[in-house]
Amino acid sequence: MLVELIQSFFAGLGWPWGLPEWMQVGLVILAKIVVILVPLMVCVAYLTYAERKVIGFMQVRIGPNRVGFFGKQMWGLGQPIADAVKLMFKEIILPAGADKLLFLIAPVIAMAPALAAWAVIPFGSEMVLADVDASLLYVLAITSIGVYGIIIAGWASNSKYPFISAMRSAAQIVSYEIAMGFALVGVLMAAGSINLGDIVAAQQGGFWQWFWLPLLPLFVIYFISGVAETNRAPFDVAEGESEIVAGFHVEYSGMPFAVFFLAEYANMILISVLASLLFLGGWLSPLEGLLPESVFEITLLGSLLGPGLHWLVVKTLIFLFFYLWFRATFPRYRYDQIMRLGWKVFIPLTIVWILVVGVMIITGTPPWFDVA
Amino acid sequence: MLENYLPVLIFIAIGIAFGGFMILMGFLLGPRKPDSEKLSAYECGFEAFEDARMKFDVRYYLVAILFIIFDLEIAFLFPWAIVLRDIGMFGFMSMVLFLGILVIGFIYEWKKGALQWE
Repeated sequence: MLVELIQSFFAGLGWPWGLPEWMQVGLVILAKIVVILVPLMVCVAYLTYAERKVIGFMQVRIGPNRVGFFGKQMWGLGQPIADAVKLMFKEIILPAGADKLLFLIAPVIAMAPALAAWAVIPFGSEMVLADVDASLLYVLAITSIGVYGIIIAGWASNSKYPFISAMRSAAQIVSYEIAMGFALVGVLMAAGSINLGDIVAAQQGGFWQWFWLPLLPLFVIYFISGVAETNRAPFDVAEGESEIVAGFHVEYSGMPFAVFFLAEYANMILISVLASLLFLGGWLSPLEGLLPESVFEITLLGSLLGPGLHWLVVKTLIFLFFYLWFRATFPRYRYDQIMRLGWKVFIPLTIVWILVVGVMIITGTPPWFDVA
Repeated sequence: MLENYLPVLIFIAIGIAFGGFMILMGFLLGPRKPDSEKLSAYECGFEAFEDARMKFDVRYYLVAILFIIFDLEIAFLFPWAIVLRDIGMFGFMSMVLFLGILVIGFIYEWKKGALQWE
């Protein structure tokens, strides 16, 4: 369908000759990437707005409420756009002692993986850009590149605070990556596949069949590790504004700073989507198995109650709200507490639960693992 | 099979290009008025003293080394986890043995204080 659309578009431009095949393929892929990327960017922009609003209300403030569209205030909905425009017109400062090339490459290295991971995220049973067999492995591999952006930024700045922050966040991210990896091993065992689409398909059968229940400790550990991986409160010692000012982006200004910011929020959304896909059944409907089959046959209501992209969006929003809620509620962890939680609590817990899942699978514990 | 990875490759390229484009826009649209005070490293208003690339705690190395061991362990667990249903009890017990050895190592490093931060 997309192919015909693009072809008719070029025919409309007065290009009657058909495009060569490789260009058609390339254009279709490009169009799909734009379809993923543009809503993602809008989500990132409005996540910053939601963050300020939600935390504002939790602290009995109002949050941004001035900037609107067309001269109306509209609860401050224009704020993210205004912020982006402002940052675009700010001076980019290249510190005299900095390694200029690495200094500018670092934000790109932080952001490119945060975007590229979306290539394999399925949005529905057939809605995926690249249906790669090892998609979860790809996500894990490419998101771990992001830490290089932070280390390079800390090193290239040639300033003390960024350097301290880079050391801290590198150690923190690798520590929590282990707990996260173990949690994912549990999911792979339960699903018997490493393809994200197959993992969701393995959770078919309603709310109680989703992996959050048999893998409950792994689910909790996965999400908390995800919060630590993205350097978000209460694990934000890498930023720690009260001790090391702003951490690895002390020396950054203007657009390079905005790129770091975008990467952080894109990663938050990515972790939330992954948590919904791996543990909460992705696009599957929670009403499956509760309502009679005939309900899903009704024309409009049925597709609303049945599986679909909207369920994935709702689940993702719940996780994103947790991110903001954490930030408003918890004070920052001390660094030794973070390392203790990662190494001495999460890793032993995940190893134990992997064995429990293994026993459940071998013995075919109903209702999750009784069918081969 | 391998052509499935073409969109992934293009997406990575677009990710890099997007980041580069944004920074380029910043350079084109923003002002450039550098002076020596502005370009000096930020140190809460003081003149920066001593080199910023200072010595750091050896425990960061330790964490990195331990990370490699455990990450390799996870890399071994991934294929095992996927085929667990097919290899059954034998496969499960061999992984219990493997995990058991690693847990002994984990307990050892715990007792040695490698995970201790203060």
